[in-house]
Amino acid sequence: MKLRGKVWIFGDNIDTDVIIPARYLNTSDESELAKHCMEDVDPEFTHKITKGDIIVAGYNFGSGSSREHAPIAIKASGISCVIAKSFARIFYRSSFNMGLPIFESEDAVNGIKEGDEIEVDADTGTIKNIISGAIYHSNPIPEFMQELIAAGGLFNYAKKIIKS
Amino acid sequence: MGMTISQKILAKKSGKEFVTPGEIILADVDLAFANDVTAPIAIKFIEELGVDLFNEDKVALIPDHFTPNKDIKSANQCKIMRDFVKKVNLDNYWETGEVGIEHALLPEQGYIKPGMLIVGADSHTCTHGALGAFACGMGSTDLGFAFATGKSWFRVPESIKFIYSGKRNRWVGGKDLILYTIGKIGVAGALYKSMEFTGDTISLLPVEDRLTMCNMAIEAGGKNGIIAADDIAFEYLRNHNVKDGDWDVLLSDEDAEYSDIIEIDTSNIEPQVAFPHLPENSKGLSEIKEDIKIDQAFIGSCTNGRISDLRVAAEVLKGKKVAKYVRLIIIPATVDIYKQALSEGLFDIFLSAGAAISTPTCGPCLGGYMGVLADNEVAISSSNRNFVGRMGSPKSFVYLANPAVVAASAIAGKIAGPDEVML
Ligand code: SF4
Repeated sequence: MKLRGKVWIFGDNIDTDVIIPARYLNTSDESELAKHCMEDVDPEFTHKITKGDIIVAGYNFGSGSSREHAPIAIKASGISCVIAKSFARIFYRSSFNMGLPIFESEDAVNGIKEGDEIEVDADTGTIKNIISGAIYHSNPIPEFMQELIAAGGLFNYAKKIIKS
Repeated sequence: MGMTISQKILAKKSGKEFVTPGEIILADVDLAFANDVTAPIAIKFIEELGVDLFNEDKVALIPDHFTPNKDIKSANQCKIMRDFVKKVNLDNYWETGEVGIEHALLPEQGYIKPGMLIVGADSHTCTHGALGAFACGMGSTDLGFAFATGKSWFRVPESIKFIYSGKRNRWVGGKDLILYTIGKIGVAGALYKSMEFTGDTISLLPVEDRLTMCNMAIEAGGKNGIIAADDIAFEYLRNHNVKDGDWDVLLSDEDAEYSDIIEIDTSNIEPQVAFPHLPENSKGLSEIKEDIKIDQAFIGSCTNGRISDLRVAAEVLKGKKVAKYVRLIIIPATVDIYKQALSEGLFDIFLSAGAAISTPTCGPCLGGYMGVLADNEVAISSSNRNFVGRMGSPKSFVYLANPAVVAASAIAGKIAGPDEVML
């Protein structure tokens, strides 16, 4: 699985309240949630991005509440993956469970700038900056997890492996 | 390069020779459990998929948080669980009258064995690492997946090795060792990581104290706490419904990689008290200079509600009276503990001291019921969390300590050590 897109940079400790403010938690409709993704740090965010774009952030991305709405909002907004220096533990699990691929890499986050175009190879964990040519490394996403992401998350993946 | 016990268990259960920290694996679980708060969502997962449990012997449902039902909402949650249990005819379910707090009940009933991979929809699932298992808490959806498939995915954690050496001081138990440790590394000091407890202090430490230590790994941000199984663990297992040798003992290799090694001299540790509102605010008793008056004292929970905890509390309370206007609430964590305490005469001591004793439940630990705090009230508790509002009003204050200190404080009416009241 290869993911390619333009980079949007965020800082440290981006919490789930910023990713999807609590005032929108009265729905679990994905397209509704997508409209308000990152609204409290960048109200224009969802208008600026194109499908496939990538969020690159600092330490402790997704801290705060355990709401699964946060990775759902990011995924539904069209973001293809998130690269951060580190993720909060519950967000880490929820992202994969909701089918949003995420990667940890300090070097990549330090080296990539807003607006860069990058390509992430999930099989090898390689992150390539198309603009500068720089290469960074993260953990690869194993095959079963790629299947889980492709199925759209844990629930659909359970369906799939039970049938097989 | 060698592996830690945690790595070895995860490798084995995912059919690999070796796993590296940071790697994501899919592994077979040996036990998956949930409680009355978390089970309904996991059950919904199974029912919407229209599948059976992957293996009924490896699933347990434990209604411990709000039982006996505290209100209509919790009664309905429990009913979802009970209806499901009846439908699938699940053996590993305990009704009010037999149920205990999940993390006390499972080891006591022989469900936890060295080498197992255990997942629970409760953050204190890490308790079970005390018997050499890899046990980790996760969300209800994750548990639903485990119920349906028998599998769960993990990011292999890095490990921190804690080496405790030296003799324990009087009144110092597993609770004090772990509060001291959290005070040292902070509530995020072991984030994501496996906390491996070792050293000559640990090799002499009774299993009940080990359970208390691993229980609070999560309070340092840890993914799991783990102690290699040894003769003390085997003895405990034999006495708790496990067939001799029915376990898989894995030990960390000499050349295993640790992200950090922390050495702690146990002989410097005195009974600890964690101040509001974080478990990391721990201080030794002698460092507390001010008088801290209390309104309530609680002995119970999955941290310190076991028989050894009740015995030590009774030792302090014997022939004494709880201070005027102080409520002392004692909750044995399981029915077996309850019976044992009763037969040893501990209840006579508690009742004569003026304590209230309840049937097993989580109750006040999470501000559920059976002792909720009012505005501006102060409690000392043998449980594991003192966050804002954890035991009731967001304006209340919770101090954490071992059962002996809680009992002594109940007598003194203010935070006090056992030696101060046992003159
Ligand atoms: S006793 Fe407290 S910490 Fe333990 S399982 Fe119950 S609510 Fe959670």
